[in-house]
Amino acid sequence: MSRLLLTSALCLGIAAPAFAVQPAEGEKLAENQSYTFWLLDAIKTADPQKNTDVEGSDIIRQLFEGLLNEDAKGAPIPGVATGFDLSDDKLTYTFHLRPDAKWSNGDPLTAKDFVYAWQRLANPETASEYAWFIELMNVENATAVVKGEKKPEELGVKATDDHTLEVKLTAPTPYFPKMVTHASTFPTPQKVIEAEGDNWTQPGKLVGNGAYVLTSHDLGVQISMDKNPNYWDAANVVMEHIKGLTVNDNNVALTRYQAGELDRVQIPAGQYPRLKQESPDQAISIPYSCTYGYLLNLSEKGPEALKDARVRQALSYGMQRDIVVNQILQGGQKPAYNWTHWAIEGFKMPEIDYAAWSQAERLEKAKALLAEAGYGPDNPLKLTLTYNTDENHKKIAVAAQQFYKALGVQLTLNNVEWKVHTDRMQSQDFEMARYAWCADYNEASTFLDFFRTTGMNYGKYSNAEFDKLMDQSKASADPNEQYTAAEKILAADMPIVPIYQYSKVDMIRDDIKGLSTENVMNDWYAKDIYRIAK
Amino acid sequence: MFGFILRRLAVAIPTLLLLIVVSFLLMHAAPGGPFTQERALPPQVLANLNAKYGLDDPLWRQMLNYIWGIVAHFDFGPSFVYPDRSVNQIIAAGFPVTLTYGAISFVLAVVVGVSLGVTAAIRQNSWLDYCAVGLSIGAQVLPNFVMAPILVLIFTLWLGWLPGGGWGGPAFWIMPVIAMSTSFMASIARITRSSMLEVLGSNHIRTARAKGLPESKVILRHGLKPALLPVISYLGPAFVTMITGSVVIDMYFSTGGIGRSFVDSALNRDYAVMMGITILVGALTILFNLIVDVLYAWIDPKIRY
Repeated sequence: MSRLLLTSALCLGIAAPAFAVQPAEGEKLAENQSYTFWLLDAIKTADPQKNTDVEGSDIIRQLFEGLLNEDAKGAPIPGVATGFDLSDDKLTYTFHLRPDAKWSNGDPLTAKDFVYAWQRLANPETASEYAWFIELMNVENATAVVKGEKKPEELGVKATDDHTLEVKLTAPTPYFPKMVTHASTFPTPQKVIEAEGDNWTQPGKLVGNGAYVLTSHDLGVQISMDKNPNYWDAANVVMEHIKGLTVNDNNVALTRYQAGELDRVQIPAGQYPRLKQESPDQAISIPYSCTYGYLLNLSEKGPEALKDARVRQALSYGMQRDIVVNQILQGGQKPAYNWTHWAIEGFKMPEIDYAAWSQAERLEKAKALLAEAGYGPDNPLKLTLTYNTDENHKKIAVAAQQFYKALGVQLTLNNVEWKVHTDRMQSQDFEMARYAWCADYNEASTFLDFFRTTGMNYGKYSNAEFDKLMDQSKASADPNEQYTAAEKILAADMPIVPIYQYSKVDMIRDDIKGLSTENVMNDWYAKDIYRIAK
Repeated sequence: MFGFILRRLAVAIPTLLLLIVVSFLLMHAAPGGPFTQERALPPQVLANLNAKYGLDDPLWRQMLNYIWGIVAHFDFGPSFVYPDRSVNQIIAAGFPVTLTYGAISFVLAVVVGVSLGVTAAIRQNSWLDYCAVGLSIGAQVLPNFVMAPILVLIFTLWLGWLPGGGWGGPAFWIMPVIAMSTSFMASIARITRSSMLEVLGSNHIRTARAKGLPESKVILRHGLKPALLPVISYLGPAFVTMITGSVVIDMYFSTGGIGRSFVDSALNRDYAVMMGITILVGALTILFNLIVDVLYAWIDPKIRY
């Protein structure tokens, strides 16, 4: 067995357990250590294994703690586990749990609690909408357990003693440590769940192991948490109270931020330049791991024209990304010429030829490709773009219609409600569909696996060479080489017209410190935040 | 009268059943389901979820189970989207909120609306009339989704007097009540004014004046009572609309009321929540239409059931 160290931060973690972000020299802490953040929607649940939402994960990350946490840049650092060993065949991870970890009711936290939580995630009786995540993690027998063919006890995770957790995988999974920072892998208290049933997540009943405890939750109004004195690192947690306020309208949320009711809020599209000018210390734009594009249907049910790679390339070349990014969104988003988000850790952007061309060159090339494929003024290409209801999607779709008009392509816009859109994509009932993908973990395979023949891949793209590269990447010493090569194949085959890569544009009050602005996953930990005196 | 009420209540049961059956079928006919997500769920996970919520049964059995749950246990089922809450819990948390701001809005709309309408009618074509009519037209054309953000801007951002949203004491009620009540107020004022004008021109008012009754008595006792008939028929459904909340109010003021849950449940295909709120609104509508009919007979002795 080879002892693997995650990052230098991990060594630090073992030597000195206090690695929570601390006030810098000369910073004086404010009397009032409370932080109020914005939630767009009601929180579905605070149950780690049943949550499916990003905002739900933000809450769960405060109430529970997984094996590993993320540092300010998104790299894994010790959480409940102080470190782990990886076997030589790269199939067995052994996590060492800190002995002082406790539940918020004072009970000791043991490896058995993780075993219970992971079995619960896979157990068909739980019917977790995130059960696929444990399959994605390649944990032994996960698929069979989810299908109900094997018992949850047969899942490849076991507690060898109270503080040692052993996980067996079916295939080497280089990004496995990053996956255990995901909320669905967090431990849950078996005793409480069995006693309280589905109501266990209510305030007063919920028992967690995170830096905070739930004090109140009014569905669609607010959720409040206080510092957990039983948290193993409570001595280094500065922020005393945190509160999420639900405001369903982004513009109203911004008003309430300006009125001082919120400490952080998202900036509505198009308002970033103005706010950046007015309050440069508060308006931020940080990369966010999602890519936006128009998915093309290459399946049997798709239009004949899109089966021609030249047509797909022409559609991509004709997309005027700079206008979308600079005129419509205006929030530091980047034009996308590939699929994986540029800021994903370790990802090496391939040299994609058309990214370097001028827009005039792209248009010229697009027209030539369309003519070659047999489309022109006498035989115009007609396509339908389906998008779900949203102001920004609409603006971009209307712009796309104009961009394609310049190529002689007649684009019909079809606006449908979200569930209808999803349903149509999943049944290949579309020609071009607005689509966006957000990373599950901070590694390129989360994007690229989408386009495998067996991936989600709603347009039914299939390329044996691409699949082979992705297979190789799993056992590779540096999978990023395969990822770069795979991106080049996508750029030639163009199963999607990539449009832009997200950034998160937020207002953050300038006396709030310690919030990570470099983690492309945008995960944050309230235990790292503090408010300084002005 | 008692027989009439009993008959109406007896009709209410098949009406509600019909409402349940039709909404149930329409809801299931909409594309997608509660577990349709951007990342399609693996078939086995979807099968587990469907099994857990009984969605793998034939539609008729799902419907029978649902109705049986309500009749036998008053259980409207679990929410499909909020896994740790039942529909009963969601309505129990949200309905008191909309009931509070809705009922206050109702009282305000009736008092102000009727006063405005009566004033306008008795001073027809005076500046008072023009003011009242202008005000009510203004209030009616200003939709609440425009008014709500403006109110937040004025009272929260500029003046700093009121919290911009949330739910708690009376300070949280003021803006939702203003945004909710104005358009109803305007409608009530206009209906009252036109009906009052009609009544004031009728014979019995002339008689009342001829026998020397003071003007206040003429207006309040002989004018207002018959003039309120059309207002009352408007108020029944308006009351139900108000107390079951508005998606706009709930959205802009984050009140946590059931107006927002209703629209969300339709968009999320949260079948059980949507059915629960539909039944609540349906039952209240039936009830208040009945109350309106009873009030009619009380106000107008000519009406007999």
